[in-house]
Amino acid sequence: MVSGPMIATLKEAVVRRRGRIILGPVDLTLPGEGFTLVLGPNGAGKTTLLKVLHGVERLSEGSATWSLPGPEAQAAQAYVFQTPIMLRRSVAQNLAYPLELVRTPRAEIETRVVEWAARIGLSDALDRPAPRLSGGEKQKLALARALIRRPRVLFLDEPCANLDGRSTREIEALLHAAHTSGTRIIMTTHNLGQARRLATDLILLLNGKVHDQGPAPVFYAQPNTPETKAFLQGDIVE
Amino acid sequence: MTDIWAGLTSAFWLIVTLDPDLVEITLRSLQVSLTALIIACCIALPFGTWLAVRRFRYRRATIAVLNALMGLPPVVVGLIVYLMLSRSGPFGVLGLLFTPTAMIIAQVIIITPLIASITHQAMRELWAEYHDLLISLNTPKHQRIKTLLWDGRRTLLTAALAGFGRAIGEVGAIMVVGGNIDHATRVLTTAIALETGKGDFALALGLGFVLIALALVVNFAIHALSRTEREGTW
Repeated sequence: MVSGPMIATLKEAVVRRRGRIILGPVDLTLPGEGFTLVLGPNGAGKTTLLKVLHGVERLSEGSATWSLPGPEAQAAQAYVFQTPIMLRRSVAQNLAYPLELVRTPRAEIETRVVEWAARIGLSDALDRPAPRLSGGEKQKLALARALIRRPRVLFLDEPCANLDGRSTREIEALLHAAHTSGTRIIMTTHNLGQARRLATDLILLLNGKVHDQGPAPVFYAQPNTPETKAFLQGDIVE
Repeated sequence: MTDIWAGLTSAFWLIVTLDPDLVEITLRSLQVSLTALIIACCIALPFGTWLAVRRFRYRRATIAVLNALMGLPPVVVGLIVYLMLSRSGPFGVLGLLFTPTAMIIAQVIIITPLIASITHQAMRELWAEYHDLLISLNTPKHQRIKTLLWDGRRTLLTAALAGFGRAIGEVGAIMVVGGNIDHATRVLTTAIALETGKGDFALALGLGFVLIALALVVNFAIHALSRTEREGTW
């Protein structure tokens, strides 16, 4: 399964919708490891960029490729949506679903479900219907469901939007653990504090284009452009 | 008013004494309509879901036709099935005309579009909810349909019950293809039509009450079995 690093390359990638350019042209190479945070105002194309990388958004022009062959790269990725999508099933069944799809043996599914439920603090709620969980619990469940297949690359689209401090901290702890154990994470956020806590490198998107990017210390210390500087200071950048 | 009262009394005695004729035609009604329902569900549930998931060229046209077919006049369906199964028709050799099988075929044709259409409506909403997740997990097509069918099973129950309601109360088609033959193809609805024609309103009404009670019992039984309205809102 493990065969070389997963490097993503976007070449001249453009996404157009109804004649308007949503994203691009973007030229971008994402290395096989790290914790990348994508920053930018609403409508800058953050979600679209993630979806393009994940392969669920069709490009109008250009190409998006992984260093692995298509199906293998697909199978090694997971995506957590901004509003968690809960299957109308119990918590345990939600966790088991991605594993059932790849025909994991029953016994292993059970052990992993129990393990992950414990990790997200939902051990007592295994039989509860997932759509009835609270917002924070739903997002944690969505995150666990994404990580349960041990993806090599994890995408997160503002996972902590609408969550309170405690839920955010719990999710960040899970993300930190996943990152430490070798999962490549690419995540969007509006929260600069969160970016400072988590990122090893950052990308600033403005109007569909990569405005600035760099490893975390450099990005903060020496912003390349006035917009980056303003954005990092918390000014409103449009 | 006397007629209705007489009907109620008649229905009461028919049921209390377990009138053998009544039991026989009630069971035949159930047998025909439930078999038709099961066959129709096997076709309509996957098809309706497939319509919600798949995008293809004539999808809108297919859905429009399906919705139009919901209003198929049973008598016309009966007539067509009659022509197909009659001795001179293409399936005449099978000797199915005036048998319960012919009645089942006709009812399947009548209720399949109804069930498929309701299924499609329900599954479209569920698919909109699940779309991103299932695409992201890279689920194969048949898995998507399976997941939607399973998670939407309670709405599908409504579709099935609507189909059953239409089948059990239907008289036009089964009269034509079944022929209302005593001890062979007589069911509750055709018996009611016959008794009304003969002027035996008490018996007709009695049979009518039995029919209504039957529909209620089946609905309650299915709801109880599937535990709707008890846990969760889905």
